Amino acid sequence: MIAWTIYVTFAGAIVLLVLPRGFARWLALVTAVAGFVIGVATFCQHDVDLAHFRTVVRVPWVPALGMNYHLALDGISLTLVLVTGIAAISAVLFSWDVTDRANEFFFWLLLVVGGSYGVFLSADLFLLFLFYELVIVPKYFLIAIFGSTNKEYGAMKLTLYSFFGGALVFLGIIAIYVTGGSLDLNQLAQFQFTPQLQSWAFPILFLGFAVLAGIWPLHTWAPTGHVAAPTAGSMLLAGIVMKLGAYAGLRVAMNLFPQGFQMWRTTIAVLAVVGIVYAAAVALRQRDLKFVIGYSSVSHMGFVLLGFATANVFGVSGAVLQMFSHGVIGALLFAVAGRMIYRRTRTRELDALSGMNLSRALPFAAFTFVVASAASMGIPGFSGFAAEITILIGAWKSYPLAVWITGAGMVLVAAFTLRALKRSFFDVDLANTAAAPPEMEPITIPEKLGAGLLMFATLAVGLYPKLLLDRIQPAVEAMRFLK
Amino acid sequence: MSYLELLKLAAPEAIVVVTALAVLTVGLTSTRAKALCPIVAAIGTAVAIGAVLMLPSHANLFGGMLVISPLNSLFKIICLVLALVTVPLASSEKSLRNPGEYIAVLLLGAVGLMLLVGSEEFLMIFIGLELLGLSLYVMAAFDKSDVRSAEAGLKYFLFGSTASAFTLFGISFVYGMAGTTALAAIGQKLAAGPVQPLLAVGIVMTLIGFAFKIAAAPFHLWAPDAYQGAPIPSAAFIASGSKVASFVVLGKIVLIGFAPARGSADWHAMLAGWSPMLAVLAALSILLGNFVALAQANVRRLLAYSAVAHGGYTLLGIIAGGRDGFSATLFYTSVYAVTLVGAFAVVGVVRRESGDDDLQNFAGLASRSPLLAASMSIFLLSLAGLPPLAGFFGKFYLFSAAFRAGGNHGLLWLVALALFGSFVSLYYYLIVLKVIFVDQRSSSTPQPDQSNAGAARTSDFNVSTSLDLFSRITVTVLAAAVLFLGLMPQTLAARILASLP
Repeated sequence: MIAWTIYVTFAGAIVLLVLPRGFARWLALVTAVAGFVIGVATFCQHDVDLAHFRTVVRVPWVPALGMNYHLALDGISLTLVLVTGIAAISAVLFSWDVTDRANEFFFWLLLVVGGSYGVFLSADLFLLFLFYELVIVPKYFLIAIFGSTNKEYGAMKLTLYSFFGGALVFLGIIAIYVTGGSLDLNQLAQFQFTPQLQSWAFPILFLGFAVLAGIWPLHTWAPTGHVAAPTAGSMLLAGIVMKLGAYAGLRVAMNLFPQGFQMWRTTIAVLAVVGIVYAAAVALRQRDLKFVIGYSSVSHMGFVLLGFATANVFGVSGAVLQMFSHGVIGALLFAVAGRMIYRRTRTRELDALSGMNLSRALPFAAFTFVVASAASMGIPGFSGFAAEITILIGAWKSYPLAVWITGAGMVLVAAFTLRALKRSFFDVDLANTAAAPPEMEPITIPEKLGAGLLMFATLAVGLYPKLLLDRIQPAVEAMRFLK
Repeated sequence: MSYLELLKLAAPEAIVVVTALAVLTVGLTSTRAKALCPIVAAIGTAVAIGAVLMLPSHANLFGGMLVISPLNSLFKIICLVLALVTVPLASSEKSLRNPGEYIAVLLLGAVGLMLLVGSEEFLMIFIGLELLGLSLYVMAAFDKSDVRSAEAGLKYFLFGSTASAFTLFGISFVYGMAGTTALAAIGQKLAAGPVQPLLAVGIVMTLIGFAFKIAAAPFHLWAPDAYQGAPIPSAAFIASGSKVASFVVLGKIVLIGFAPARGSADWHAMLAGWSPMLAVLAALSILLGNFVALAQANVRRLLAYSAVAHGGYTLLGIIAGGRDGFSATLFYTSVYAVTLVGAFAVVGVVRRESGDDDLQNFAGLASRSPLLAASMSIFLLSLAGLPPLAGFFGKFYLFSAAFRAGGNHGLLWLVALALFGSFVSLYYYLIVLKVIFVDQRSSSTPQPDQSNAGAARTSDFNVSTSLDLFSRITVTVLAAAVLFLGLMPQTLAARILASLP
């Protein structure tokens, strides 16, 4: 049944092209909700075995070359399918005001979502790569046509970085295919690749995927891309697209090349820690609110990579949980900055915002941003805390030094988040308190619904992380590199 | 061997020749030649495709002069299909004053393709090359009102005839050493002893001739001018049919005829032979084609340089060799040909609408004609190798074949280079798509169909749109084909693989 997430989304995208303009956003919403509902329904079924990557669909596709249309599901995939659904619904809700070329906009948006479902569910390497690359071009158009600041530059940079990563991955996949003689991920996971091959193929493959996860120093596409993108674009980028890279790195590179992973994991840990601290420090100096959030995304994704590098159950499960958590929190932060603030004030400059007394003009936006910031800083009770603490417990076993440095980095995260929060909403000029807040269009119902959904998700997982962890952990334990 | 039997086995070629003559007659006598000629040509080509299907599966006449095998028949069909889709482009091109003559020459070119594909003997290959070449020179220079068309024709003629001279020279050396012109017999003769220097000269000369034909760097210099100056259908045919047939023949020559002189292109283990030479040509083509294409402002020139790069990728399969590599090359070049005819058809429509084919003429195409814009994005993204389009699967097939060949992944360097090249190529394809989808048409661009539209103009406009309809249908069909071959690649890949021994 979970396979229908893909079909429904692509069918919705194609129907959109022929539909009259007025219905576009409704159809997009229905499609996104349908995908999410399918995910939740699978989540609630108790007889599904989520500990192993169980086949859902398997149809021969190109028999001559051993390619199958092969989908499978385990706890990791399911978690990411859920966050894709949540991000998709909220992205559509926060694009309710898109009227110019609306059909096209939602078409590209649904392609990104559908391709992401495809990546998370593929059990055939060629199929996975097909979906992975399928996401690249829609992102370009979403940003270049509908974006804001410096959109053509940002879109091109993002696309070229993605495609560069894609080219590395392509090479790695060909190496796997030719030496392993198969494209089936479950079969390949049993295959013994020679250590010599693993030692060069692992870094190529992992780096290729990690470009999309924002690994330092190949992260620079992320802030510029996020800033240039329309609100829904940034939400999808932060919410889903960065996870594609991390997920594929885990599922393909680490799972197929366990020895290569052991050789390179310290390097990954170092890059991850540098990324966490560096991005947080850079975020502290940004003037544009979206740049702050963009760098915070890089910093949070650093935790995911650090979790991978620990190579133990805690760290990797925490990393998967962090993917979910950051998907929700990142989307929420971008929604506030891009839709709630920017569409009304036409600026994202912190200096300009600080004079506007926004907390009075847009109390709901202020409330949402406070929740999102708290979650982003890792305040207990939100999903960010649950995920990061799990990662750090895992890291303590492998790299105690990394925990100390990351701990210092988390202070920086708190610092830039509070700075952004204060400057954008609460920088009240004391002499001016009596003055009426500026007139602004009130927060609309779709915005409230979208924000509510995201806040609910981060709180639910933060208060009861076992909900996801119970499904993630067995799947992680089944992975080969832990044995 | 009775004459009747020969006629039976050469029936497809004969049918196309008769069709060409019929088209010529119709063009001379009928007053409605413009509408009739394409129809006659299309029917004749379709009948010829039927005749190819009726051929026996194996036959060999005169020591390889006319060979009928599943592979040859398959590629005769592909060449005929490429000619068939070029016909509607020719019918909507207004600048071609004598459609009958033009289409007749196109059909004769198609006969050249069929001879080239259907022969495994040097003399017939050379005759096929010449018949094809002469037709293409005429087609390139056909637009008498345009200086650039004359330039394209002349350049193509000069380079092409030099290339033919090289090939003939090389063939004569090979004949002198091997004592035969049949590919299979040459292969056996060469296997007997070590490669003589004189033979090496012959092989190099022959391959240089083909490098001209497939526009591999550094023998690509004619391509940009020919692609840009020639009438659109001619350019499309040069880039598609001629290229497919050249790759089929090149593959047969080196993999059957010169098989013992293969050498090795493996990194750190290069051995003299044709494979390192082709590897150098491929590497140069990939680098030069992609980097020069970055700087182009004219879409046809851009396609020409990208064609150089694609020629380089396609060579990878031949260098890899074997059934696997050759079938990957054949798949890639067929898909490429279909894609490029489509791209040229779009360029043709845009050129008729806006007067030229520079990048800025494509601005705002998405709002003027969403269908054309969508088709063009399918073609360009397939060229860039993005899924789920045919070019993506083609690249995967090609690169995995190259990676598998050679000891200890010796061709890894070429695969990595090709992947780097396709990474670079995405940039210039995206720039074209950016202009189509993002940029708005600037008001300074002259719009020929807007000012003083009188009654006479309207009727003229109607004629041109109805002619454009053929082009638009062709574009849509080709875009659907590229998408289909991307989603269901085995329909073609399995056929090619099954047709190889």
